[in-house]
Amino acid sequence: MTLKLEHVTKKFGNFTAVNDLSLEIPEHAIFGFLGANGAGKTTSFRMILNLIDPTSGTITWKGKPIDYSRTDEIGYLPEERGLYPKLKVQEQIIYLAKLRGMSKQDTQRALKEWLDRFQVPQYLDKKIEELSKGNQQKIQFIASVIHNPKLLILDEPFSGLDPVNVELMKDAVKDLAKEGTSIVFSSHRMDHVEELCEHLCMMQHGKPILHGNLREIKRSFGKKNLKVQADFDVSFIEKIPGVVGAKYYSDTGLYQIENEDVSQRILEELQGKGFVRKFELDEPSLNDIFIEKAGESYE
Amino acid sequence: MNKFGTVFGHTFKTKIMSKSFIWTTIIFVAFIILFGNIQSIISLFDSEETRTIAVVTEDTEVFEQLEASISEKNDDLEVVLYQGSVTDAQNEVKEDKYNGVLEVTMNEQEQKAVFYTTLNANQTLGLQLRGELEQIKTEIATVQAGIESHVIDSIFAPLDFQNEYIQSSDQSASSVKTESELNSARGLVYIILFLLYFAVITYGNMIAMDIANEKTSRVMEILISSSSPVSQMFAKILSIGLVGLVQISIFLMTAFIIFTQKKDEMIGSIMEEFGFTNFDFNVVIYAIIFFLLGYFLYATLSAMLGSLVSRTEDVQQLMMPVTLLIIVAFFIAMYGLGMPNSKLVVIASYIPFFSPLAMFLRAGLLSIPMWEIALSIGILVASIAILAWIGARVYRGGVLMYGPSSSLKDFKRAIQLSKKE
Repeated sequence: MTLKLEHVTKKFGNFTAVNDLSLEIPEHAIFGFLGANGAGKTTSFRMILNLIDPTSGTITWKGKPIDYSRTDEIGYLPEERGLYPKLKVQEQIIYLAKLRGMSKQDTQRALKEWLDRFQVPQYLDKKIEELSKGNQQKIQFIASVIHNPKLLILDEPFSGLDPVNVELMKDAVKDLAKEGTSIVFSSHRMDHVEELCEHLCMMQHGKPILHGNLREIKRSFGKKNLKVQADFDVSFIEKIPGVVGAKYYSDTGLYQIENEDVSQRILEELQGKGFVRKFELDEPSLNDIFIEKAGESYE
Repeated sequence: MNKFGTVFGHTFKTKIMSKSFIWTTIIFVAFIILFGNIQSIISLFDSEETRTIAVVTEDTEVFEQLEASISEKNDDLEVVLYQGSVTDAQNEVKEDKYNGVLEVTMNEQEQKAVFYTTLNANQTLGLQLRGELEQIKTEIATVQAGIESHVIDSIFAPLDFQNEYIQSSDQSASSVKTESELNSARGLVYIILFLLYFAVITYGNMIAMDIANEKTSRVMEILISSSSPVSQMFAKILSIGLVGLVQISIFLMTAFIIFTQKKDEMIGSIMEEFGFTNFDFNVVIYAIIFFLLGYFLYATLSAMLGSLVSRTEDVQQLMMPVTLLIIVAFFIAMYGLGMPNSKLVVIASYIPFFSPLAMFLRAGLLSIPMWEIALSIGILVASIAILAWIGARVYRGGVLMYGPSSSLKDFKRAIQLSKKE
């Protein structure tokens, strides 16, 4: 009962946009697609939605391929935002919801709730072109969720929003997931993925370079971050075996270490040298993992 | 099917409520009303004053004849005998007392007339006066030659000339059309020619623009993830077709009302000229069939092209070939009105983009065997189907394509996008 991609490849002429992508996206979860621009996220989404056919491989949702008979259960926020500029918010949403098989009355009711939630009830009868970009994006988000989809695909949902609205949108996404919607979203913002997703897939140049549960990914990555702040020069830490990276911010040293044990060796070395203000062992951030993995696949 | 209806209804509603639709309709209706009343409008400006021509001649008999025939034919033109020199009369023309001076010399040695007038006078006046004088001259000459008046009458009586068509070897007996049937067909062909030309350009553009607009505003990707692009394309073609029918019906209805009101006046003769007095039912049926098929053919092509552009500014450029096609079809048909039997028209009547006009013209004007019409319709339907199939594929890929466009390469890319490899 999941969304399943099996050995999916998409070629445009000689260019391979997506290369042998296999994924399983569990139900009732938020799944994050990570990757730089041009990594193949949008192409993957378009294939999931059956807008373009994969060159090879299969995509199924609940065991069956997605086609136009099932679009009522799917919501989609494309990366390229756009609505009819001349139509009023209400007309617009009613039309788009009708295309997802929702009646006018139900749409009006749901639309009111959503506008209230996003604190913009006054936009009901405004034309899209009169709204700011961020507000247009809210309306577009509403258009993609108004029919209570079972599967929601959001392509870069938070780009172009101010922090307040990002929070509003994140909460909405979390609530939808709680109510049972499976959500797939893409981002190049690691912090958003880290906050929202339990499962994720990192893509680069069409290839999945990392895929799985967020905690497991972090654990299996092995490396940890160590933050050291002291009243004396700590740059000697770089030379301790097991330390693979170092960065300095004013009086703080940031080290990447191979595993937890290395931190204890460093602690021993620090002893007796002077006053240590901070010694902090951290999980690696997704950003670190991404940079490392992306670097590997370049080599 | 449900979503087809949603797209259909939405497109129809937004198009019929759009400002551009309402304004073109109003302007065209105004134009039709203006055209229908052109006679009254012209006379509104013209008949305010009667024009007076001063005639300088020594021959009063000629003047009397001229006066008689002019007053018989014209209400707003009169001639007066001017006592004085030509120069005096010319001066009075300058003072606006007369509209012109006609100096007539008619004697055995010389028959001559000079018409002095200002430039802003009616230019046809000279021609009219010349005609009258020539007739008078002939009459005087024949009387002088001793020919009696009833002989003169019979000389001037018009000839009764009629066209009758005989069946050629490859036609059946019933297939020969009478002159009035031909006239009626010609009238309808004229109208369908213009309507189809108008419809292809206007509604073809409307379809292409609508699709390009949805692409420009990027709403397209939401739309095609909700319902099949192919069904959307046909919903648009049909719905804008209906918009077109509504608009054309308004035009035709206005024209019909105007023409029936004006039937007794000058327009009556135009009506007869176009042969609207007796409709041939078959021709009307052909008109409808070929109009609809022609529309669908060009509309499908427009939809396909519209899906290729990503900016509305590029629509015009890409629609150019379509416009050229219909212009060529239009010229072939215009040429065919005079020579419906020519090889060019016969060949064109089987070529999809020309056949709606060319075959309708032949079916209307000639009596061609049923199978030829059926063959042409068959070819047309088949090409619509093929074009729709290709169009659907191009559309599916084209709507996802953005960037600078309008070349054949995009066409290939679009088909590629909708394919697996």
